[in-house]
Amino acid sequence: MIDKLDASLRFHQEALSLRGKRQEVLSANIAHADTPNFKARDFDFSSALTQAVDRGRQSQSLSMSATSSRHLSGSAHAGPAADLMYRTPNQSSLDGNTVEMDVERVNFADNAMRYEFNLTRLSQQIKGMLAAIQG
Amino acid sequence: MSLLNIFTVAASAMTAQSQRMNTTASNMANADSASGPDGLPYRARQVVFEMAPSGGQATGGVRVARVIEDQSPLRMVHDPQNPLANADGYVAMSNVNVVEEMVNMISASRSYQANVEVLNTARTLALKTLTIGQ
Repeated sequence: MIDKLDASLRFHQEALSLRGKRQEVLSANIAHADTPNFKARDFDFSSALTQAVDRGRQSQSLSMSATSSRHLSGSAHAGPAADLMYRTPNQSSLDGNTVEMDVERVNFADNAMRYEFNLTRLSQQIKGMLAAIQG
Repeated sequence: MSLLNIFTVAASAMTAQSQRMNTTASNMANADSASGPDGLPYRARQVVFEMAPSGGQATGGVRVARVIEDQSPLRMVHDPQNPLANADGYVAMSNVNVVEEMVNMISASRSYQANVEVLNTARTLALKTLTIGQ
């Protein structure tokens, strides 16, 4: 039963976690707008999310070791892993920096909005679940 | 938690940019300095940024790697009355390019603002995350 609750919230958990990670990567890009030879990074959100959700359906990567037969078995999954890629710049710059402020700012704002959307959806789902439990 | 890492990254960028602006201020103030504490004409300083990797992660903050001195030739001004003038009546003045410094200052200020914006967004998101399920 608890497992089902966990599974129903799992998608949004993974999505929020990846959105948070992407937000961090994009903020680092904006921070490094003036660093020579810095290459802007990003990852493909949809493939990372698919991978995270699929990996959850398979066996977990981290499991607790049991030294006694009476130990409970437990498993946890490591945080979502995303393959960071390098952005292809539209315009090259002399100092080898590939951060384009407009692109980064648009992506940052977009990602922040989607993060809030995921938060709202998750909150609504929890509220619905609570209503079902409390009747 | 990645949202809290954003604070560190944006704060390091703001520190680096303010250091750059500090250097610019020093350059602008000394644009007409004919001699510094060492007796030599003032040379413009520039900061060099680099990435500070945090614990094997791909993303990290900004730090000032070093401060370099501009090696471009000094500005020679004809001023025979000046006690520092050489035999031909020329005084070696600092090599600060005021136009370049102004551009540098505007660029630093814009980058600083962008990072403040990032910080505000991250703060809003983190605060909203705390209200999940309420």
